[in-house]
Amino acid sequence: MSTDQQTDRQTDPYGASDPAEGTVYTVTGQDWDDIVNAQAEREDERIVVNMGPQHPSTHGVLRLILELEGESITEARCGIGYLHTGIEKNMEFRTWTQGVTFCTRMDYLSPFSQETSYCLGVERLLDIEDDIPERAKVIRVMMLELNRISSHLVCIATGGMEIGALTVMTIGFREREKVLDVFELITGLRMNHAYVRPGGVAQDLPPKGLDAVRDLVAWLKKHLPEYAAFCNANHIFKGRLVDVGHLDLAGCLALGITGPPLRATGYDWDLRKKQPYLGYETYDFDVITRTEADSYARFRIRLDEMWESLRIVEQCVERLAGTEGQPVMVDDPKIAWPAQMSIGHDGMGNSNEHLKHIMGESMESLIHHFKLVTEGFRVPAGQAYVPVESPRGELGAHVVSDGGTKPFRAHFRDPSFVNLQAMPALSEGGMVSDVIVAVASLDPVMGGVDR
Amino acid sequence: MSPADGDRTAGEAESAGVRAANPSNRPGESDDYSATEGRRTGTVTPGEPAVGSEQTEAATAEIDRAGTLDEPSGSRTEVLSTRRGMFGVRGSGDTSGYGGLNKIIEFPPAAERPYGGWFDQVADRIGQLVPNSSEVITKVVVFRGEITFHVARRHVATLARMLRDDPHLRFEFCSAVSGVHYPADTGAELHAVYHLQSMTHNRRIRLEVSCPDDDPHIPSVVGTYPTADWHERETYDMFGIVFDGHPALTRILMPDDWPGHPQRKDYPLGGIPVEYKGATVPPPDQRRSYS
Repeated sequence: MSTDQQTDRQTDPYGASDPAEGTVYTVTGQDWDDIVNAQAEREDERIVVNMGPQHPSTHGVLRLILELEGESITEARCGIGYLHTGIEKNMEFRTWTQGVTFCTRMDYLSPFSQETSYCLGVERLLDIEDDIPERAKVIRVMMLELNRISSHLVCIATGGMEIGALTVMTIGFREREKVLDVFELITGLRMNHAYVRPGGVAQDLPPKGLDAVRDLVAWLKKHLPEYAAFCNANHIFKGRLVDVGHLDLAGCLALGITGPPLRATGYDWDLRKKQPYLGYETYDFDVITRTEADSYARFRIRLDEMWESLRIVEQCVERLAGTEGQPVMVDDPKIAWPAQMSIGHDGMGNSNEHLKHIMGESMESLIHHFKLVTEGFRVPAGQAYVPVESPRGELGAHVVSDGGTKPFRAHFRDPSFVNLQAMPALSEGGMVSDVIVAVASLDPVMGGVDR
Repeated sequence: MSPADGDRTAGEAESAGVRAANPSNRPGESDDYSATEGRRTGTVTPGEPAVGSEQTEAATAEIDRAGTLDEPSGSRTEVLSTRRGMFGVRGSGDTSGYGGLNKIIEFPPAAERPYGGWFDQVADRIGQLVPNSSEVITKVVVFRGEITFHVARRHVATLARMLRDDPHLRFEFCSAVSGVHYPADTGAELHAVYHLQSMTHNRRIRLEVSCPDDDPHIPSVVGTYPTADWHERETYDMFGIVFDGHPALTRILMPDDWPGHPQRKDYPLGGIPVEYKGATVPPPDQRRSYS
């Protein structure tokens, strides 16, 4: 292999050989012996590996740049931006209501968190925070908590898959699909719901909605123990997770880490308790903490948080059963989206009663409908930041209005984006196989990271 | 002496006073964060008649220069822009009357003491810690229950360290740094907005720092808040604000060789018109929109 520089240049389809950077090996599924031999001849264990952005174990299009000394990681960095779609810029060209349909697509595993944070910000600017109907708040809480369950299920499922626990993956997606079925029944869509709107929610629960949620709770109660039975005391599982990706409280605060990684250090920081929104202070639930500050603790926290979310959902169901027929949108015809939508066989649309009302009964309603749909409403100039506790930590929308019908600026503080900064701290000095576990324990969702 | 010269002298005097407290974040460069510090040209007294947008801007700029010398804020409001017409169309021969609409868009004005609740405690404590606090905090806005401290940019790094370390403040957690581009805010077009959280006291404040478009430099707070690393990179990437003292200020979301800064207002959204059955739908940024 004395001519490997030359052969590299001939065979390297990307022409990436740069002598200044050292030998470049392009790994495209050829015979690995060549690479191993070439590396052995160099008598140098130091190697820089590009892991991703297309790699099944990096949680989406995350690129990890790892500097290895043998199998140990000496330096690690993230490369992000591969899923950047300019959602924040796009929101500046749509009305305030349409903004919901964009921000729901950021972190696609917790769409309700973005919708809620954004809408709470808009409502604060409109100064209608106290006018949001109780039923709308309860529905929002219920959806947020169901969303927390479905998001944690994906985290546990994909995290299991990445270390070879395929059954955890299959049952995780099975349960998640049950949750998404309920989302579909209530909002019309499995994901990207645009269900939470400034002023309330897009529509009331469908007739069988509460029954479906009750069935779901029963199903989850039956099946959630399976994860604990599979994993909690599993030697292989614990061998991969315990003491891997350690990050203590000081590290978390310095790096801005929130959510399960922060609570795994023993600090009970949860915005639902510390800065309650949507009436979270009236629900009975506990904040789960552990003190080990490693990947296993984060896994156990997510597992237990799902049970707490179930407790909240049950309380929501009770309240919703008692508020049947109450409004789910603010009582202000200048802001409230005019229609009670209904779900037909082809998706969500205007209900027939509403069409009858505006076309045959009320000229004023027709005008409001027309103005709101074409023009939107104006939001007083100013800025607001209302964070919520998403499944991954503090998610906040910094909403700036210039008094117009469109957001002047909407910036999202996405917990995945911030938490991913801890990747080097979690993995440097460890083994290359532990990088997978450490990244999975942060649960980054690239849609949220790159926006 | 022109008004601009007057400002510059004031700025230099200010920087000389705090040089010792603020070791330069831009080694090898003069750390004079220029003359336009804290100046917002869009200041106007309420009820000021708006004639036409250009005239109004010129007029308000004059008012501001005269006004900032003795009375920095008080009952004045901040003009963001002046809107004309309804649909953002010009010269269409519109006879509906909407074309004659003139609307002044104003920011929430500076707040008066007392701010209410713990806001005063925080402001008092900052006043105790910072001897020249009126230079450091150029304006305080309380709006919808949130407090915003407008900070002169050369002081933001030292102020952040104080906010984090002082036991009475303890803003130990930086939630986010975000940027906003106000093209109408002449001399302070680019704003960086910091959301700080005190977990100890369960308080949240916002710092807002501005810099002019032709000198987009703001000291980095990464030394105090390591989490600001990626946030500042994102703000640089999207707005072109250079955070001096950042360990590796490179693009983060856009490709390394990308031209321009996409979130600025003068950067087009892009998009192509779509033709469907003979009709053409323009891209979103070219559609008629309500101003």
